[in-house]
Amino acid sequence: MTIEIVPNDQSQALVDQVRAAIWNKRSLRIQGGNTKRHIGRDVDGEILSTRMHSGIVSYDPSELVITARSGTLVSHLIDTLEEHDQMLPFEPPTFSGRATAGGMVASGLSGPRRPWSGSVRDFVLGTRVITGEGKLMRFGGEVMKNVAGYDLSRLMAGSFGCLGVITEVSFKVLPKPRKTLTLRLDLRANEALDNIRRWRLQGEPLSAACHTGTHLLLRLEGGEGSVEAAKRTIGGDVTTSAFWSDLREFELPFFRDERPLWRLSVPMDTPLLDLPGDVLLDWGGAQRWLKSDAKSVDIRQAAHEAGGFAHCYTPSPEVEPFHPLSEGLMRYHHSLKSQLDPHHILNPGRLYAGL
Amino acid sequence: MRYNEEIDGQLPHVDKEALINRIKQTLPQLKVLTSEEELRPYECDGLSAYRTTPMLVALPDTIEQVQGLMKLASEERVPVVARGAGTGLSGGAMPLEKGILLVMARFNRIIEINEEAGTARVQPGVRNLAISQAAAPYGLYYAPDPSSQIACSIGGNVAENAGGVHCLKYGLTLHNILRIDIVTVDGERLTLGAEALDAPGFDLVALFTGSEGMLGIVTEVTVKLLPKPACAKVLLASFDDLRKAGRAVADIIAAGVVPGGLEMMDNLAIRAAEDFIHAGYPREAEAILLCELDGAEADVDEECERVRAVLKKAGAVDIRQARDDRERAQFWAGRKNAFPAVGRISPDYYCMDGTIPKRELPDVLEGIAKLSETYGLQVANVFHAGDGNMHPLILFDANTPGELDRAEALGGKILELCVSVGGSITGEHGVGREKINQMCTQFSSDEILCFHAVKRAFDPQTLLNPGKNIPTLNRCAEFGAMHIHKGEIPFPDLERF
Repeated sequence: MTIEIVPNDQSQALVDQVRAAIWNKRSLRIQGGNTKRHIGRDVDGEILSTRMHSGIVSYDPSELVITARSGTLVSHLIDTLEEHDQMLPFEPPTFSGRATAGGMVASGLSGPRRPWSGSVRDFVLGTRVITGEGKLMRFGGEVMKNVAGYDLSRLMAGSFGCLGVITEVSFKVLPKPRKTLTLRLDLRANEALDNIRRWRLQGEPLSAACHTGTHLLLRLEGGEGSVEAAKRTIGGDVTTSAFWSDLREFELPFFRDERPLWRLSVPMDTPLLDLPGDVLLDWGGAQRWLKSDAKSVDIRQAAHEAGGFAHCYTPSPEVEPFHPLSEGLMRYHHSLKSQLDPHHILNPGRLYAGL
Repeated sequence: MRYNEEIDGQLPHVDKEALINRIKQTLPQLKVLTSEEELRPYECDGLSAYRTTPMLVALPDTIEQVQGLMKLASEERVPVVARGAGTGLSGGAMPLEKGILLVMARFNRIIEINEEAGTARVQPGVRNLAISQAAAPYGLYYAPDPSSQIACSIGGNVAENAGGVHCLKYGLTLHNILRIDIVTVDGERLTLGAEALDAPGFDLVALFTGSEGMLGIVTEVTVKLLPKPACAKVLLASFDDLRKAGRAVADIIAAGVVPGGLEMMDNLAIRAAEDFIHAGYPREAEAILLCELDGAEADVDEECERVRAVLKKAGAVDIRQARDDRERAQFWAGRKNAFPAVGRISPDYYCMDGTIPKRELPDVLEGIAKLSETYGLQVANVFHAGDGNMHPLILFDANTPGELDRAEALGGKILELCVSVGGSITGEHGVGREKINQMCTQFSSDEILCFHAVKRAFDPQTLLNPGKNIPTLNRCAEFGAMHIHKGEIPFPDLERF
């Protein structure tokens, strides 16, 4: 069965706006729901809003593929999939229902299931994009496997609009697990990390693991049999699943703290880092939220030594939001940017100064 | 399909003797092959119909040698084609008469298995299967398993974004690697991605994976390892009608099951495989489905029952479950040996790799049958049905004048058919040299120019693997006459199957 809903195709208006910006030599600040303005650097430019370019273009549950325009609300995508017992496996934040599909891809934010399911990028099958030359192009498609040409569709994920305006995305989706269970265990953070590693290696059906600073929350997903068996092996108390949406949406009390919020992305086997402040260990330890007044250079140094990176999610004039790139990588970033956005009008400087 | 300078772009003229002397002076330790008989084994990859003798072959042992060679090649403007195990099926590692063939086979060390992190750091020449073998003592494995996994190397897997029979559930190469270390065209070392789950900046791992050696040389790969599923069971369902089998595939997915593997074969492929391997396939069936379910035992049993019910409802005439691991391996052996099995019943065969939305499967099969009749060549069909990746095998005899050309023309038509229903010309084998003309069918000239722009960002002199993957617009003007874009076919009233 294919459901076709075509509320509003604004792609020509978006192309026209990009072309006008090229002509007028004006930068564009690409915006969907404007829910992630606190992530990344400020962009000085005319607003290009994708919000009206919305609607699910096609969805065929038996193909496991959904295609939506970039202004479509993430929450609408989730609800539509839900009707067919399917889901976006990477569990993106919806920011109170205001986040759009385009922003979700451009920012590359994935939720608690990410280490087990994959990231936003992993589920992108194709994108339509307006390049910095004002041309609407299609890369990838609606099929699971497609290795023709360079993979520009997945390159758009996490590029924060610096390489093109995303107008449409096709995602691979998955059936929802038949059984879900959340467990709460009283373990210290370092014990939690050790146990998570062991459970992973044993192939326990984990789909989320977060240490709050005081205890560990685990989510089990799979068939009835495996989830029940894992519950017996792991122990702990069964609790509500509401924790995971609060975590995904940055709505836990932890996030209300006044100190700057840092996101540390580190290798799976990274021990606890010696940094002042409060830590929330998500992604089984691979993503760490840090509330800290420590100096940015110290936080970044600690992340770097662990083989990871530190990004500051609280805007501040003194701190670069994204972990700096090596000199060599930065050169190739500029090179790629100048090829795809030669007039330098698409979200200039959003990721790094001058990029 | 040799490199054609008039269409694919002028290559710089290189004085071979001077180049060899310069390599010997600057890189005295680097092993270089130059004589006719030494070069012969390297004249093709797994697509043996396309052959060119390279100007010379370099077999570096160290990353410093790779850097040195690339620096020298950039300065002297010599094209470089990188090659792993040479098992690719699209001519992606086909050499150039005016170029260096950079063979990475000597980088064959597994640097580290990190059990705690569930990762392995390996050199690019390590064979795909060797990673899983080295990880086995820890109960871990590397998921992507192309049919050539005994021989193909991980560097080549990255270059092609290789797949296999377990992609639907476990993803492609891209989904199973964390980090790649590369040497750029001018000899600089760069790290893309990280051992963390994401790295800052643009996702260059996504861009490089599947870029067919056109953006840089892979010198190390960090792969993800997964715990081996506790249990795997396989169902073999027979159908008296291809359409019914095609519909059963969609029904299984719609029932909320994501099988570890879901493969389909048609009658010609079934008979060829059965005669070769004696896998226990029903020779009379019009189609079989192999459905593997893996995970915790209780879940697998539950899913087996679910899939059985779906298959029965879809009209399967017989459903068998492998009784033990031996029989399971036997069921798979037939599928995994389908290509050589077809090789036994025909002097030559030509393997296609188009992908389509699954719902189009019955119509596309019918279209292929009609094309097969029109061109007078038999086609055996083997596919990764779960993810819509078809491998039609065109049977022909290269010794019969004109048959290779006819096989290529038929292959091109099959790919155009895939694109016209919203699919792609290649799901996992890559464009290489083989499908360079069909790229003009799948992409508009603006999109192709955009690919060239990306190439310029990393290789402004176009020295890395020129003539592969992305066609010149000249080539499209010459050969891409039928252009289907966004499903809009020119002259829609003409019958095109």
